[in-house]
Amino acid sequence: MATITAEHETEASVQDTAPEAVVVRFAGDSGDGMQLTGGQFTLSTALAGNDLATFPDFPAEIRAPQGTLFGVSAFQINFGSSEITTAGDAPDVLVAMNPAALKTNVPALKPGGLVIIDTGEFSKRNLEKAKYESNPLEDDSLAKWDVLAFDISALTLEAVKPFGLGNKEALRCKNMWTLGLALWMFDRDRQPLIDWLNAKFAKKNPVLAEANIAALNAGHAYGETAEIAGPLRKLHVDPVASEAGLYRTITGAEAVSLGLVAGAQLANLPMFFGGYPITPASAILHNLVKMKEFGVTTFQAEDEIAAICAAIGASYAGQLGVTSSSGPGIALKGEAMGLAVMTELPLVIVNSQRGGPSTGLPTKTEQSDLYQAVYGRNGDASLPVIAACSPADAFECAIEACRIATQFMTPVMLLTDGYIGNASEPWKVPDPASYTPFPVSFLEENNNGEGHVLPFKRDERGVRPWIKPGTEGLMHRIGGIEKGIDTGNIDYSPAVHQAQTDARKAKVDGVAKAIPAQDVCLGETSGKLAVVGWGSTYGPIHQAVRRARKKGLDVSHIHVRHVWPLPENLGDLLKGFDKVLVPEMNTGQFKTVLRDQYLVDARPLTKTSGQPFTIAEIEAAIEDMLA
Amino acid sequence: MNDMTPIQTTLKDWESDQEVRWCPGCGDYAILKAVQRTLPMVNADPKNTVFVSGIGCSSRFPYYVESYGFHTIHGRAPAFATGIKLANPDLDVWLVTGDGDGMSIGGNHTMHVLRRNLNCQIMLFNNEIYGLTKGQYSPTSRTGTNSPTSPIGSVDRPALPCAFALGSGARFVARGYDISKDLPEVLKAAYEHKGAAFVEIFQNCIVYNKDRFDDFTQKKVADDTQVWCRDGEPLLFAKGTKGLALDCDTLSLKVVDVVDGDWEAAGVAVHNVKNRGLAHMLVEMPFGAFPMALGVIYDDPRPTFESEVVAERAKLIEGKTADLGKLLAKGQTWTVEEKDAAHGLMD
Repeated sequence: MATITAEHETEASVQDTAPEAVVVRFAGDSGDGMQLTGGQFTLSTALAGNDLATFPDFPAEIRAPQGTLFGVSAFQINFGSSEITTAGDAPDVLVAMNPAALKTNVPALKPGGLVIIDTGEFSKRNLEKAKYESNPLEDDSLAKWDVLAFDISALTLEAVKPFGLGNKEALRCKNMWTLGLALWMFDRDRQPLIDWLNAKFAKKNPVLAEANIAALNAGHAYGETAEIAGPLRKLHVDPVASEAGLYRTITGAEAVSLGLVAGAQLANLPMFFGGYPITPASAILHNLVKMKEFGVTTFQAEDEIAAICAAIGASYAGQLGVTSSSGPGIALKGEAMGLAVMTELPLVIVNSQRGGPSTGLPTKTEQSDLYQAVYGRNGDASLPVIAACSPADAFECAIEACRIATQFMTPVMLLTDGYIGNASEPWKVPDPASYTPFPVSFLEENNNGEGHVLPFKRDERGVRPWIKPGTEGLMHRIGGIEKGIDTGNIDYSPAVHQAQTDARKAKVDGVAKAIPAQDVCLGETSGKLAVVGWGSTYGPIHQAVRRARKKGLDVSHIHVRHVWPLPENLGDLLKGFDKVLVPEMNTGQFKTVLRDQYLVDARPLTKTSGQPFTIAEIEAAIEDMLA
Repeated sequence: MNDMTPIQTTLKDWESDQEVRWCPGCGDYAILKAVQRTLPMVNADPKNTVFVSGIGCSSRFPYYVESYGFHTIHGRAPAFATGIKLANPDLDVWLVTGDGDGMSIGGNHTMHVLRRNLNCQIMLFNNEIYGLTKGQYSPTSRTGTNSPTSPIGSVDRPALPCAFALGSGARFVARGYDISKDLPEVLKAAYEHKGAAFVEIFQNCIVYNKDRFDDFTQKKVADDTQVWCRDGEPLLFAKGTKGLALDCDTLSLKVVDVVDGDWEAAGVAVHNVKNRGLAHMLVEMPFGAFPMALGVIYDDPRPTFESEVVAERAKLIEGKTADLGKLLAKGQTWTVEEKDAAHGLMD
């Protein structure tokens, strides 16, 4: 949310006075339903009118061995009464469902922060699995935090007793109990959750709905009537003031799906989506399957290669072909992308980046596929690359990708990442009528008089016509072998290959004329330091620059959406700054692109831990650069 | 497919203006002519016809047919065809592939296009060699094939394309060869089959695997070495003096002598294109001891992939309207009123 920018700081620990923003982290076993708890808490937070940002952090294993350190799943939410652009640095409140969750998450908790612990899980065996030598509840290792430890397991079992569930099923309601307590702490309404539980279980198992609701109510009541006054107290966070209008929460994966549907509608085309299951990109396929009334065809292919090839086939036949994957799958699609470049067919390729190389970190975030996106194909195979900076921004970027692909007859890559894909934020629901349509026109008449149609006859922008098979009199052949000027017939003579390579490059370079000029999103348009980001680092960079500026430092934030080709004014803009800092979650890829394109002394700030930057990390780098 | 007035074309109408660039004497020329003969026979419409190919000698095919054509990447033609057909089920899609393209690098896609039963014709030109890359042994090369990468003879065992197709769930499997006068009939049957129609076409690579199929394609041996499978007719060869019968002890086929044309007395089996078990036995007969089974070996249609996708989609969207505004505002929403909204707080 970038509209309202009331300043806030969260340095103070949990306090009785209403704080402006609070960071809460739920952590438990991957089977404890932490992502669900976090997701529902997010929804209730949004419904309470708070601005928020979330960060789900879960292991790659679906059900990692119970109680182990690597099986810990966490969900962090930063919500408050002023603009939130990051999931927060250190949590104010940690809910730890077992010893492993405590061990892996408590170091991040702010000094003086509150940790809520389920003692029911602190058995000798679980402590051993978490590699605790002594019980942290009994030694003083948690001394710098407020600890609230009680037997959530037992309290949950008691609350759901009337429903006659088995022990295992009953314990599954623990997450709802905890959620109930959290809702009480932050003064949230339970009704939307009760409605959701009823809807979720109504048909399959109404008893489970009742049990979960009972657990939720019991957790809430526990907060209400807690005998221990101790550290447990109710926090009220005032609603954020935002632009008037209708709001909902949205994840990046939802935003991409909706943006693609909107983009295809604006192009006046049916959309064909070819996908193959891969974390964290599968969510887009799941979403689009449910949107077929918008002329969407989905195809779950036999592999990543078939997914993109089918999408290109659909584009050839006159639909908007789209494919989506994550790094390893994008690697497999490389050759087919080259064919789309060569045959000059529109295509949108979504890459939800994850940590690499190889299988890497399937569920963790990284921005390390920038080289792959910009350079990663054989031959001179340039294509436009767009990077979304937040879940809501992914909607706009998906539309932009559809526009460029269809207007320039080119594959376009849209970069998001695991963080954007899974995280959610409030989104002001846009009016579809506020977007300018870009309807596609197919060639219907021979563009060569009495002669053979010229499928590669370029217009003034270097763009060829799009001809659908089925069109009378325009039969022609296309393919991956170099082709003659205008005709598309096989021709790889020296002059022709030179001319076609130049033409393909000029066409993609020319996209720069059809995109907005680069703006400065915070600070002056020249000065001592520009912090240049792209993609999901937007939040921490923005907050860090804001904080540094509050301290009087001369620093600006530039965030690049059009990663390739770059906006025409970017070079001049960067030259107006003494120094350039490029924070990114890789080893410095965009930094290299900027150096190459503009010969600027861009300095890297890199992080590849699978976790997003904290505000503090970027703030420290800004201070270093200006020291 | 077009159900309107039959389109009248001639062989000439299907010739593109492109110079054919296969080696002189290549079997591909004969196959190209057979296809250009077939298309008028089935009243195909050039504007609704798309030839899709992968990479290899055979895959240059689309450039030579005056229709729409897409020369794609190695092994992936079935995936492109799937996208084309799902985007526009009215198009007639022909796939052109080879033993390297379709059985090696693209084996996966061949399997899945057959399993899904996309309505298209798949012509696999089998020359048992990699031609375009200068003669390496291929997945269908016989063990012991000498080639640049197997100087003392290949050790790999060959794959049987038709057996692979049946194993992948193909509902139509046929065989022919480049210079066969009956090839257009086989291709016509493939065209008329609704669903994925797999046709293995033995093709002579004049340069790297010359005359590999002479032992059954040459006129003087053809009668004795070819058994043509025709639905409802006995499986006879050698001018009716021999036939294929079921050996009930071993549950396999055997060659029997037919005396005075009395094939019934000899127990010769009658071909049934819907008999999947028989199809398996016919495509796996070891050549030499048995003749080469040619013609339509199996033809038992099932609903096509694209028709199922269309039906599924109709079911999914029943009662839904495409209202983008509504879609965007789906789920739990809240409204910020004008009076609550903050203004002018930008820094």
